[in-house]
Amino acid sequence: MADASLFAIFMDGVFLKNFLVVQFLGLCSFVGVTKDVKSATGMSGAVVFVIAMSAIASYVLYTFILVPLKLEYLNTIAFIIVIAALVQLVEFILHRHVPALYRSLGIYLPLISTNCAVLGAVLINVLNEYDFLQSVTFGIAAGVGYTVAMLIMASIRERSNVLYVPKAVGRGVTYAFFIALIMSMSFANYFKVIPL
Amino acid sequence: MSELTTVLINTVSVLVGLCIAVGAMLVFASKVFKVETNPLVDEVASLLPGANCGGCGFAGCASCAEAIVLKGAPINSCPVGGYDVAKQIGAVMGQEISESEKAFPFVRCQGGQAHCTTLYDYHGVESCKAALMLCDSTKGCTYGCIGLGTCVKACQFDALSMGEDGFPVVNKNLCTSCGNCIAACPNGILTFARNSEKVHVLCRSHDKGKDVKAVCEVGCIGCKKCEKACPVEAIKVTDFLAEIDQEKCTACGTCVEICPQKSIELR
Repeated sequence: MADASLFAIFMDGVFLKNFLVVQFLGLCSFVGVTKDVKSATGMSGAVVFVIAMSAIASYVLYTFILVPLKLEYLNTIAFIIVIAALVQLVEFILHRHVPALYRSLGIYLPLISTNCAVLGAVLINVLNEYDFLQSVTFGIAAGVGYTVAMLIMASIRERSNVLYVPKAVGRGVTYAFFIALIMSMSFANYFKVIPL
Repeated sequence: MSELTTVLINTVSVLVGLCIAVGAMLVFASKVFKVETNPLVDEVASLLPGANCGGCGFAGCASCAEAIVLKGAPINSCPVGGYDVAKQIGAVMGQEISESEKAFPFVRCQGGQAHCTTLYDYHGVESCKAALMLCDSTKGCTYGCIGLGTCVKACQFDALSMGEDGFPVVNKNLCTSCGNCIAACPNGILTFARNSEKVHVLCRSHDKGKDVKAVCEVGCIGCKKCEKACPVEAIKVTDFLAEIDQEKCTACGTCVEICPQKSIELR
């Protein structure tokens, strides 16, 4: 671990280790929910909330229950239970308070529970032996990075709906993968040369 | 107690405890964030078949029920449930239903291996869409049935099967008129037709007569003989393809007899 200051961890999570376009985690929502900015924003909000909450919950669970009992190897399954429960909680809240968003997210909302970005974030926390603040920071950073990538993707796709796209590039999902490719290259290269 | 037993007990108790804690939290949350739904919606949803095939045009059976109750969609919205389900929903909603005649998909092409030239042997993904992406068609006629069975795979009710000549065959007993096969066909070969509609043009080719004759023995060449012969003016030839106005057609059979290509069928 080169630099463990909170700022470095945050920038790391948002740009250098961006979950969508650098680590390729949680791609199904990246292609599925980025047809318009509005639902991409809602999805990102839900994911930020879920990642941050699971970072907290998994840290508490790991440090105070699994480590003392020497059950570290249970981390994956325990985290999955926690994440699934949190997603269910978000679903309840959205259904009650933002029913329009609940409907527009549709199947992708329950899919957050199997979104590997969330599990990836909490597992990286454990792997890097982050303390509580670092874990939460990294969790939020992962969520923010997800949001950034989702919003860029959604904006591009929304605007390019009215553009001429060469037939060889294709439409719909094919085109989305093209955008993802270019975004991925720019993220991976552009942010590597800035010494954060 | 041996170490193994301790580990086992710890593992099980941690996981069970975690699940109970999480479950309790979710039960509590479901009480706090309870959403009041219209009980009618649940009742209608329980009457629908639950296949979630999307044949009604809504996302699934739940949204179909919601549309029927809240947005005033017709009570016979569900093509799969048909008359029986519509009647039950009508009883719940307090509406009467008159039985509408069922429509079945039918194949608008008869240029199979026997009648239509084949351009090349296709050895690829067994899907008409894949074949179309590769080249315009595996057949000489770009409008015709490719015969790789994309519609058969799209049918959730086993109502379609591949016939001898490479055409889909509809089993009307199993067909629910959900329209999935019609949506799946990349060439638009399948359309809905009611049982009362007797006369059909079995061709979709808009090519000129000469081009049709070059590739297919049974395609419509747009000769307009049927248009002239029809006593009730129910046939119109547009873009080298005859089309029948089912409202006017009396199923007299004149066009079927006069068609030189045998591409009009009376059934």
